[in-house]
Amino acid sequence: MTSAERRWQGLLFVAPFLLLYLLILIYPLLRGLWLSLYQVDLFGGGTFVGLANYARLAADPVFGQSLINTFLVTLMIVPLLTVVALALALALNRATRSAAILRGVFFSSAVLSVTIVTLIWRFILAPDAGLLGELWTALGREPLPFLSAPNLVLPALAMTTIWWSVGFPMLLFLAGLQQIPQDMYEAAALDRASKWTTFWRVTLPSLRRTTILVVMLQTAAQLQIFGQSQLLTAGGPSGASRTAVLFLFETAFGRWELGYASAAAEILFLIILAVTLTQYMLTGRVRAGEDGR
Amino acid sequence: MPGLQLRNIRKAFKGTEVLAGVDLDVAPREFIAFLGPSGSGKSTLLRIVAGLETSDEGEVILDDRRIDTLPPGDRGVAMVFQHYALYPHMTVRENMAFGLKNARVPRAEIDGLVTDAARTLEIEELLDRKPAQMSGGQRQRVAIGRAIVKKPRLFLLDEPLSNLDAALRLRTRVELAQLRQRVDAGVIMVTHDQAEAMTLADRIVVFNDRRIQQVAPPMEIYSRPANSFVARFVGSPAMTIIPARLADGGAFASVLLGNGTRLDTQVPTDGLPGSGAVEIGMRPEGVRVCGQGQGTTDAEVQLVERLGERSLVYARLDDGAAITAEDAGTTSAKVGDRVGLSIDGAAAHLFGPDGTGYHRAAA
Ligand SMILES: Nc1ncnc2c1ncn2[C@@H]1O[C@H](COP(=O)(O)OP(=O)(O)O)[C@@H](O)[C@H]1O
Ligand SMILES: [Mg+2]
Repeated sequence: MTSAERRWQGLLFVAPFLLLYLLILIYPLLRGLWLSLYQVDLFGGGTFVGLANYARLAADPVFGQSLINTFLVTLMIVPLLTVVALALALALNRATRSAAILRGVFFSSAVLSVTIVTLIWRFILAPDAGLLGELWTALGREPLPFLSAPNLVLPALAMTTIWWSVGFPMLLFLAGLQQIPQDMYEAAALDRASKWTTFWRVTLPSLRRTTILVVMLQTAAQLQIFGQSQLLTAGGPSGASRTAVLFLFETAFGRWELGYASAAAEILFLIILAVTLTQYMLTGRVRAGEDGR
Repeated sequence: MPGLQLRNIRKAFKGTEVLAGVDLDVAPREFIAFLGPSGSGKSTLLRIVAGLETSDEGEVILDDRRIDTLPPGDRGVAMVFQHYALYPHMTVRENMAFGLKNARVPRAEIDGLVTDAARTLEIEELLDRKPAQMSGGQRQRVAIGRAIVKKPRLFLLDEPLSNLDAALRLRTRVELAQLRQRVDAGVIMVTHDQAEAMTLADRIVVFNDRRIQQVAPPMEIYSRPANSFVARFVGSPAMTIIPARLADGGAFASVLLGNGTRLDTQVPTDGLPGSGAVEIGMRPEGVRVCGQGQGTTDAEVQLVERLGERSLVYARLDDGAAITAEDAGTTSAKVGDRVGLSIDGAAAHLFGPDGTGYHRAAA
């Protein structure tokens, strides 16, 4: 077999995935790019407007606010979610039956749809009859208006999201913990390492790749936060919880400005790409030579 | 009493007994090898000494201090793990310094200790590397270095050479022998390689079936095995052990093999079990191949193993008993041949019905 033939055979093996990838990812991306240069509504064809949609976005305070909200909520979610997932994984990384059950419990929220999640959290957060409200009242305090105060609504969104999303990162951390050979802990015990030292010097460095993965995946995911914001608060009060994707959704399917929405989508795509690449480069350099024992 | 004492150590895992009351005394600076088939509890006992496993019963005493109640780090022991267990994200230097740092040894002193150990082990140029950037043999040295810097009273090594290739294993074995002259501490090394145990150890502890079978210097283990298990386990190829009957004799026992051959041994009759049924053990070097009818008995060749300087001849007596004999490297014996076997009765061992070994009077 010549090497050219072999190359073609190799390509055949990846062809099904490649086609699907082209069809459902690359094509919409290019189509969106094309759309973003037109003024399109639901019916008539488009009018080519060049970069006018982008210029309009740059001056649109609603879009600007939605980007800021998205960044803020991502900043609230990702670090806390990572720490909580790690803490849960550390607590549940043992072979007991109760740990197995609790692993299931904490992962179960991840299988719920966003509709159910927001429904549950509405019950918790609602100031008059919600769980938190009741607790607050029982402590003799005014219940906090989580869903109606502009400075509380993003934290409420973050809390809901963390509760919903903690299962998968926890699972990744558990898998990472299982990879750490037991004899490293035994060596640490013989080296008189305290629990604290063992965590910082043995466990955490061994979880470095997992942590990087979790942070990168969650950042990319949370920059696209949508369902919680739409269903819990519909972006309110007065846009205080409108996220970038909610802005997209409202523009595209509320006001039917498909070109304008596409332009916003391209901007968000570029932002996510830039953030992810930055993270990748920041962490990629320090990772060399960490394998093996 | 200085040194290590183990008193009645018992251990069971989920109802399965692994160690059934083990006693052992190790002198200061003694090199002990734990030898035995896999699963015989060698690692478990080592880990009980290290504090990585708790015993169900018994005491561990090191230099007059009871240590089985102490955490691993406070016992004055250092361990070299089978898979080295180096910390992958630390450099060699950090790996070696880690235990000292945790013990709050002053920084300057740590540097001195690490440098000294690195020089001894010839790993100075590796100090700033990470484990992933080293070969297996180099990691092995670092693992030993990490143990040495702690200046323990006892080194514990669990199959330290088993992950090295044959050539490196031989070299490291020599180095271990030199190293132990330089350290002022006892060594316990787990191994299932008898050559390793024979060449390195002052005394060998043979494990089987939840118990210590014998504790003795290597040559004594070889020439005066306490029982038929030790006799079979130590020595390669294994000792031939076949049933026999005690015959009337004088001060030394004579036996009849299954095919009627009479052998006069040098085993004193005193102390032998009364009943007639025993087993006789012969090392291959005590059984020579000769012409048919010229030896003690005749046999049929089953297999010939040419080892170069000598050959091993696996043969069968008329009654079916298998016996291993030695011949010159240039042996002409072939499978199916009938040959004579000249058996050196003076070198034979006897084993009683309970397996206890009886040997010729010590020289
Ligand atoms: N943590 C454990 N849990 C259950 N059984 C174990 C454990 N460690 C060892 N064993 C069992 O104890 C026996 C002795 O093991 P080990 O001391 O490792 O043997 P060796 O080192 O002589 O090969 C084996 O049968 C093994 O399966
Ligand atoms: Mg073992």
